[in-house]
Amino acid sequence: MQYICLIYSAENAGPKPGTPEFGTMLQAYQKFTQDVQDKGLFVAGDALQPVSTATTVTTENGKVEITDGPFAETKETLGGYYILDCKSLDEAIEQAAKIPTAEHGRIEVRPVMVFDD
Amino acid sequence: MLPPFQLEQTISTLVREDWGRIMAALVSSFNDWQLAEDVLQDAVEQAVILWQKDGLPDSPAAWLITTAKRKAIDHFRRTTRFTELEPNLTYQIELENANANEEFDIDSAIPDKRLELIFTCCHPALDQKTQVALTLRTLGGLTTEEIANAFLDKHQTMAQRLARAKKKIAAAQIPFEVPETDKLQERLSAVLSVIYLIFNEGYAATSGKQITRSDLADEAIRLTRIIMQLLPDQSEVAGLLSLLLLHDSRRFTRQDKNGQMISLEHQNRSTWDVSKIEEGTELLKHTLAKQQIGAYQLQAAISAIHAEAATWEETDWPQIVALYELLYKTQPSYVIRINQAVATSHAYSVESALKMLKELEGEKSIQTYQPFFAARADLNLRVGDKVSAKKDFEKAIELSDNEPQIAFLRQRLNNL
Repeated sequence: MQYICLIYSAENAGPKPGTPEFGTMLQAYQKFTQDVQDKGLFVAGDALQPVSTATTVTTENGKVEITDGPFAETKETLGGYYILDCKSLDEAIEQAAKIPTAEHGRIEVRPVMVFDD
Repeated sequence: MLPPFQLEQTISTLVREDWGRIMAALVSSFNDWQLAEDVLQDAVEQAVILWQKDGLPDSPAAWLITTAKRKAIDHFRRTTRFTELEPNLTYQIELENANANEEFDIDSAIPDKRLELIFTCCHPALDQKTQVALTLRTLGGLTTEEIANAFLDKHQTMAQRLARAKKKIAAAQIPFEVPETDKLQERLSAVLSVIYLIFNEGYAATSGKQITRSDLADEAIRLTRIIMQLLPDQSEVAGLLSLLLLHDSRRFTRQDKNGQMISLEHQNRSTWDVSKIEEGTELLKHTLAKQQIGAYQLQAAISAIHAEAATWEETDWPQIVALYELLYKTQPSYVIRINQAVATSHAYSVESALKMLKELEGEKSIQTYQPFFAARADLNLRVGDKVSAKKDFEKAIELSDNEPQIAFLRQRLNNL
C-alpha cells in the first residue's frame, strides 16, 4: 500500500543554506532516500522550490484565475514529499519519523487512494 | 424456560461477555471492522427473537459467531471478495458446526484475538477520545448510544466518531496485531491510559450530576481483567487492576444520600467494600514482588495504605510521602507534587506542605488546575490563614464544573 509523506515546516525553521548544519541535513536526506530505495519502499520523492515560487490556479465558469502565491500566510509550508510502499501504517510511520525535517517540522502521512477497476 | 424479561437480560449479559471475543475473531477473519460489527449486530438481533421463542442454544457464543459468519458470507457473495475469502470462511463454519454437537469450548474454537483488537483500538494514530469510544464499542460491546450518554456526547457525534475511526483503520491500514517487543511497553501504556480514563469517567465524572457512573467503572475493571488474563507477565496491568479495585472499594462511600461528596477523612470506613480491598491488596503484593515497579503499582500502593488504615488518624503518612516521591521519579508532574504536599502536611507539617506548593506556583498551567487551589485552601485554613483560604476556595469553585464538588467546596467556604 502506498503512503505519501508530506513534509511541512516553517520556512525559517531548520538549518539555513550555506551553514554546515544544512550540509548535514542534505546528507541525511540522501541517506534516507538511499535507505528506502534499498528496502524497496521508495516509489517517488522530491523536494520543492520555496512557496515564494508558487502559483495558484483556479477556474470559474471556464475562466482561468491565476494568483501569485500562496504567500506563506500559514506558518508551515509544503517543502517536499515521499511516496513509500509500506505494508501497514506502522511501517509508514516508522519511515516518516526518519525523514530529517521531522526534527524541526512535521510529516503528514496519508494513504494514497486506490480506485477499484 | 425463563420468563421473557429474565431471558432478555440473560441474553444481553451473554452477548456483552462474548461480544469482544467474537468481534475480534470476525475482524481477524475478514479484516473489515464495519462489516464485522454489522453482521454481529444482526446476529444478536436475530438471537434475541429466536432464543426468546426456542430457548437458549447449548453454546450461545458458537451460535452467534456461526450466524455472523454466514451473514458475512452472504455479504461477500454479493461482492467480489467472495472467491478470495470463501474457502477459509466455509471451512471455519464447518469446523464450528462439527464442534457444536459436542461441548463447545470457546477457547479452542475461537482463537482469542482480543489483544490484537485492543491494541488496534488504542493505536496512536487515533486520537484518545476515539480510542476510548472504539474500545468500549468493539471490545466492551457497549452500544453507541450508551457510549454517547456516558461521555455526554450527542448520539450522532459519537456515531460519526466511530465511523470515522473504522474508516481510517481500513483506509490507512492500521495493522491488526500485537506490537513487537520493542514497542510493546509504549503501546501497552496507551492501552492502560484508555482503561484508566474509562474508569475515571465513571468514577469522578468531570461534569454532570452523578459522581459515579458505575457502569463505566465496572467496564474498566472488566476490561483490565481481560488484558491481565492475556498479558499475565506485565506488572503494570496487574498494578492498574489493583488500583481500580482499591479506588472502587470506596465507590458507595464517596457521597452522601444527597449526592454531596465526602472526603476520605470523613468517609465511613466500615462501608468500604472489603472484598475489593482484599483482592486489590493481594494482587498488589504478588505484583510488587516481581520488582517491575511502575506508576500504576505505586498509585495502588498508596491507595492500599489508605485502605489498610482503620481510621484516618492511623494512616501511615510518611510511607505515602515516600511513595509519592517514587511516583514523581517515574512521572515528574505537578499533579503528583500536590498530592505529595498534602501527604506531607499530615506526615510532617502544614508549613512544609505550603512550601512545596509555593515551588509549583511558577508552573504554566497550574493557574487553571482546580485541585491545586482546593489543596492550598485547606492547608491555608489549617495554619489559620482565613484570608488566603477564602481566596483559594473561591478560585477552586470557579475552576470546577462538577456539581457535587462545587457543593462541597462551597460548604467549606461558608464554614470559614
